[in-house]
Amino acid sequence: MSTVATSQIKLTPEHARPRASVRSRLQDALPKIVLAPSFAITIVFVYGFILWTIYLSFTNSKTFPSYVITGWRAYQRLWGWTFDTDPPSSWYTSITNMGIFGFLYILICLALGLFLAILLDQKIRGEGMLRPIYLYPMALSFIVTGVAWKWFLDPGLGLEQTLHQWGWTSFHFDWIKNKDFVIYTVVIAGVWQASGFIMAMFLAGLRGIDGEIMKAAQIDGATTFQLYRRIVIPLLRPIFLSAFIVLAHLAIKSYDLVVALTSGGPGGSAWLPSNFMYEYTFKRNEMAVGSASAVIMLMTIVAIIVPYLYSELREKPR
Amino acid sequence: MSAVTTPARQATGGVNIKTINRIVIYGLLALFALFYLMPLFVMLVTSFKTMDEIQNGNMLALPKAPTFDPWLKAWGETCVGLTCAGIKGYFWNSIKMVVPAVLISTMLGALNGYVLTKWRFRGATLVFGLMLFACFIPFQSVLLPMATILGSVGRFGVTLQNSIGTNFGLGNSTVNLVFVHVVYGIGFTTLFFRNYYEAFPTELVKAAQVDGASFFQIFRRIMLPNSMPIFVVTVIYQFTNIWNDFLFASAYAGTGDAMPMTVALNNVVNTSTGVVEYNVNMAAAMIAALPTLLVYVLAGRYFVRGLMAGAVKG
Amino acid sequence: MAFLEIDGLRKRFGQVEILKGIDLDLEKGGFLVLVGPSGCGKSTLLNTIAGLETITSGEIRVDGRTINDLHPSKRDIAMVFQSYALYPNMTVAGNISFGMEMRGVPAAERQKAIDKVAKVLQIGHLLQRKPSQLSGGQRQRVAMGRALVRDPKLFLFDEPLSNLDAKLRVDMRIEIKRLHATTGTTIVYVTHDQIEAMTLATKIAVMRDGEVQQFGTPAEIYNNPTNLFVADFMGSPAMNLIPATIGTNGNALSVVLQREAREPILLPMANAPAGLSAFQGKPIIFGVRPEALTDPEGAERNASNIATADLHIEVVEPAGSDTFAVTNLGGKGVVARLRADANIQPGTVTPLAFNLTKAVFFDPATENRIR
Repeated sequence: MSTVATSQIKLTPEHARPRASVRSRLQDALPKIVLAPSFAITIVFVYGFILWTIYLSFTNSKTFPSYVITGWRAYQRLWGWTFDTDPPSSWYTSITNMGIFGFLYILICLALGLFLAILLDQKIRGEGMLRPIYLYPMALSFIVTGVAWKWFLDPGLGLEQTLHQWGWTSFHFDWIKNKDFVIYTVVIAGVWQASGFIMAMFLAGLRGIDGEIMKAAQIDGATTFQLYRRIVIPLLRPIFLSAFIVLAHLAIKSYDLVVALTSGGPGGSAWLPSNFMYEYTFKRNEMAVGSASAVIMLMTIVAIIVPYLYSELREKPR
Repeated sequence: MSAVTTPARQATGGVNIKTINRIVIYGLLALFALFYLMPLFVMLVTSFKTMDEIQNGNMLALPKAPTFDPWLKAWGETCVGLTCAGIKGYFWNSIKMVVPAVLISTMLGALNGYVLTKWRFRGATLVFGLMLFACFIPFQSVLLPMATILGSVGRFGVTLQNSIGTNFGLGNSTVNLVFVHVVYGIGFTTLFFRNYYEAFPTELVKAAQVDGASFFQIFRRIMLPNSMPIFVVTVIYQFTNIWNDFLFASAYAGTGDAMPMTVALNNVVNTSTGVVEYNVNMAAAMIAALPTLLVYVLAGRYFVRGLMAGAVKG
Repeated sequence: MAFLEIDGLRKRFGQVEILKGIDLDLEKGGFLVLVGPSGCGKSTLLNTIAGLETITSGEIRVDGRTINDLHPSKRDIAMVFQSYALYPNMTVAGNISFGMEMRGVPAAERQKAIDKVAKVLQIGHLLQRKPSQLSGGQRQRVAMGRALVRDPKLFLFDEPLSNLDAKLRVDMRIEIKRLHATTGTTIVYVTHDQIEAMTLATKIAVMRDGEVQQFGTPAEIYNNPTNLFVADFMGSPAMNLIPATIGTNGNALSVVLQREAREPILLPMANAPAGLSAFQGKPIIFGVRPEALTDPEGAERNASNIATADLHIEVVEPAGSDTFAVTNLGGKGVVARLRADANIQPGTVTPLAFNLTKAVFFDPATENRIR
């Protein structure tokens, strides 16, 4: 980002121009006038609404918004549920699932994405054909992805049934119907959807590495494995960071996939906090609790994104 | 980076190791290609099978007697909730929502990017940062206030309708969704155009100023004609995102006639009455996926570029 | 009254003062070159003349009219940019006539003007092409065409040759000089290349850190630099600036140059500047251009004050038209410029002649010229 002072056009006067007419002052303000609606929309509908949600989380709102402040009650209830493990509360399930899903989803996507990118970077014939195959799931709606995987993982119809027909009758795979394992099917479908994109990010990173560095390392006697471990992967650090941010953000926002793939799982066992929020706000008439869970989701994202954005937008030294 | 070439080996055995390496690499790549293609393949073949064949046959087998009936049924007859008129109406709902939302958010993004790069003012970076952060918020944190506002606007629309005979689209679910997608899409479109225009030579703008072109003339005559690539990227990105959205769609148009495609598909699949017609479900899913898949096939390069631009910020 | 007058021009951006009170003037038909290292404010100064950046205080007048607050298009100027800034979506003809189109000039008139300019610059055959289909030199011509067609009071050039390769740069430099000579226009030209500055200018302003270090004709700048910076910046190879001390040699002053492992050189100054006597026994910077340090046979015959010294030659660089020899004086590499066929070997001790009439002296503390 270049914010070189000397290259900036700056038509707004720093001091009042005595001779400037109304018309020319309007001209000067025009860029700001054009930007204003978008900025106002963002302030009101993003930041204003966030404040509103935070406010609601401190009220006793049930089915309809109430504006009577009742303090930390909603948060206290969530906090209490956090330790309700027997039987697990919906909130406990949601945040444990978030932990399992977030950890596995990010880890597997990064590992698989990097692995595929390195494989594809070995002067592969047909790379132009393979890349789009790995990447196309990203173009699909989570709902479609969910429908496809729901079918594929259904014990009576999908993979299990197929393997039984092929003679492997002892094969048993019913995770999608099992409340302890259903979250892992969400991981599978999620990884299927996003790993190709992570592959594309890593591939772009690999292609951006200076070929002369590679040649120098080879002359220094590095084996292919050493080359990747010692030179290439350290150079891909920024890509790891970007990919992590993208995946963390996708993971926390995941909602549709759980709905379409598992309909929430047996007894809500596949819920993520996003599903919890939606259910409590719109279906269970616990608006304050729903808002409080939304605030917690937001804070999680803020903790990840804000330092990143700050470092990206900070005026970089020339 | 040029691919790593294994240094030539002297020993004759080296050739074999190299060959085995290549076989392993190609084998792995093919295996993963299968993993990615499998669900789509299963969806596609199932959508051409009869129910009979699905219940008795193999999931992976090609249809013995391909039939187009599930597609026709999904399009025109299947039940979404209680109405049984297929998904075609919902498909058009999505189109009616996507087209204006994409166009408006893209145009606003282009103007914003132009202002933020070529007409900088003090605080421009802060303004951009605030708009950029809006891309990342979990929409759950704005879902409820927006629902409240849209509800009030809807009631106001009804009042208008009763008193002056028109509601100016206030309270119309499609209009609501267009608005919501514009509001939460301008962060992305602004990001795309800002990054593109950041690299756009500022001297062209200076030259046009010396030539006497106004703010809008520069935008229309100089910026826009040279923004084709980023326009394609932004339109595709927005199209895919808005078409695939489920959260807003289910929250603000989850019931009724204005339901977009994704919500309708979810309802079709989760309808519990009667026999589950898997072939029809799969055909409906394919129909829902077709527009974005088509865009991906036709302009995959721009699709990837959009994803990258959305991922790598600043 | 001068044609272009800049009085007390200041530009502040936040806390940073980019231009710190610039005073310049230029006669009608003059060619002013603003030269300096990158970041010295020369491009900002040009942009303020063009109206592309506002000024904090001061005044800019063209032909007696104050133009500070006018929009760029109302200042009767034309500008050629470093990247040429040709609109990529328009043809050459469209590029040249865009300004007229914006002013609402009728199409027929525009066509006439395009044809006239195309003839002057010999770009008639390119008019329907897009900028991407042109070579670097052709783009440069079109950019000049776009400026010429306006027939402005003032031409502004922002490093117009820096994107061209070495040979084309020389050709275009001559072309610009010819254009200036034939059309008699007034030009302000920004460059960081001091050769362009020397060859093109009628007046040069050497800038550093937002200040004009020296303003004068190319000859004044070259022969009489006011301070160490100007002396160092102008000329290629650069002036030798050698740490030395001033000694006395009877009544006259002499310059004492230290050498490694040998006794110092004493150069007697027959016509030392008056201010130098105050520096007796003190360190100074002794400036001598490479062409004033040469083999005794090649030295200027009619120079009144020539001193010869035996110097240890470290490196010899035959450059074709000249031969450069590098020696070490006062702890610094010192370049001498010799005839191409001079017989000189590295590692030998060779007599070289200092032309002391051309020598200049600087105060190391203030970096100013001792006059």
